[in-house]
Amino acid sequence: MTATDIRRTIDAVWRIESARLIAGLARIVRDVGLAEDLAQDALVAALERWPEAGVPDNPGAWLMAAAKHRAIDQLRRRALLERKHDELGRELEARQEEEAPDLDAALDDPVGDDLLRLVFICCHPVLATEARVALTLRLLGGLTTEEIARAFLTPVPTVAQRIVRAKRTLAEAHVPFEVPRGDDLAARLASVLEVVYLIFNEGYAATAGDDWMRPALCEDALRLGRILAELAPREPEVHGLVALMEIQASRAPARVGPAGEPIPLLDQDRGRWDYVLIGRGLAALERAERLGGAGGPYALQAAIAACHARARTPEETDWRRIAALYEALARLAPSPVVELNRAVAVGMASGPAAGLALVDELTAEPALAGYYLLPTVRGDLLAKLGRYDEAREEFARAASLTANARVRALLLERAATAARESGAARGATPTDRPPG
Amino acid sequence: MRVMVLVKADKDSEAGVMPDEKLLTDMTKFNEDLAKSGVMLAGEGLHPSSKGARVRFSGGKKTVIDGPFTEAKELVAGFWLWQVKSLDEAIEWLKRAPFEDTEVEIRPVFEAAEFGEALSPELREREERIAEQAAENAKR
Repeated sequence: MTATDIRRTIDAVWRIESARLIAGLARIVRDVGLAEDLAQDALVAALERWPEAGVPDNPGAWLMAAAKHRAIDQLRRRALLERKHDELGRELEARQEEEAPDLDAALDDPVGDDLLRLVFICCHPVLATEARVALTLRLLGGLTTEEIARAFLTPVPTVAQRIVRAKRTLAEAHVPFEVPRGDDLAARLASVLEVVYLIFNEGYAATAGDDWMRPALCEDALRLGRILAELAPREPEVHGLVALMEIQASRAPARVGPAGEPIPLLDQDRGRWDYVLIGRGLAALERAERLGGAGGPYALQAAIAACHARARTPEETDWRRIAALYEALARLAPSPVVELNRAVAVGMASGPAAGLALVDELTAEPALAGYYLLPTVRGDLLAKLGRYDEAREEFARAASLTANARVRALLLERAATAARESGAARGATPTDRPPG
Repeated sequence: MRVMVLVKADKDSEAGVMPDEKLLTDMTKFNEDLAKSGVMLAGEGLHPSSKGARVRFSGGKKTVIDGPFTEAKELVAGFWLWQVKSLDEAIEWLKRAPFEDTEVEIRPVFEAAEFGEALSPELREREERIAEQAAENAKR
């Protein structure tokens, strides 16, 4: 094996092992930051040793053993510090002898509880959302700081600092290394799901930059979701979120045109959807429903996505069911964005006039003032009603509200189309002039 | 990236001999690890080739050949579909599988974008119809 081969092998081993390694160590040293440092030290040791000695047969166990040694050293040093003025050195020796075998048992975690604890810590409410995202990707996703920075178009030092600060915050707040119980569990789980979905969305509908999607980030989020579903199999909303992400990700190959432009759902070539993911998504949704979670916010959104996934052509879409699901979602978590989506579904189920009536109720909504999808939807409904001049204005306004270059181009094109339609409707010469 | 992992047949699998309990236990554990790490997308074991058939295409002629087929090493006995970051990750996973004497093959799955221009619009349309049919079949 060449040095590059070994480097690649080590990267792969790290990706597979790092989360479990850090989780196991965190329970012993009770400090996530220290646990990660110890795991990193083991990684450095591997980088030094493996090129000479060769990759061990069981690289995961090797890393675990190397990290364990360092953990024991740490505990000794800590104990030594605490007992610096203690005369009972002999007793300490005896205790250390006892400590070592216990560590073996402690690191063996067949049920994955450590990993689940680590998940909850990374998404702990004492941390700002950005810190939760960075820590989750780094400790659970096995991403490097550079990879996280690239994914979020953030400078590397910013992300590095975010992670350092997050670890310090966790240590200072003495956050216990445990899975929350009772009432606490629901709220904490919601925070975890939110972080995973945020990562997914950043990949699925990039809020900034020139690309419409960053698929690697979607894959990382999906992987986290799938891991979570195995760790907490009795939580319906976990399956709901996985279902939602699987079904949304299934459309990824059809969402982007050859020039990188976004393609709206109803114009997508459904033959290019990923039916492996659709199958997995529908199965996850069924699991959520079987666990009595059909009414949860993620399960409801997944059920909506499933309506599209089941329709072989756009015409077969069950818009009435989608409108009803959005209504249920709006009751659960009232939001102008959900209302806007409901308006779209109603527009499809009962005609553009009915949809427009709902949208018009939302135009005064302050939360939607700068939201490009409001004028986009309004423009779409107006165009369907043949009110092209108003439609053109709405599309142009929508274009001015988005930061994504690809989306803006698409909206400007729709504005131009509306202008042409308007000209054609008046019997005048079609104009190619871009909208103001 | 997505990879397909192809497990080759051997005398036992072709004879329909089920693996012993230890191997089954180890394989179940391995599959659990794959699922718990979010790697496993799908995986199935296949019946011996005696239960299968082949269709030979030759100069426009189609001949059906019933199993079993002889060249055991060239036969597939099972497969996995994994979602991994790299081929290296798939290799590391496969090294953990509880096999004794065999060769297991990893093959990256083509992404739609990689077909590029080779797929004409007409072909693409056909491919879509196939996918639609597959989706419909999956619903049954």
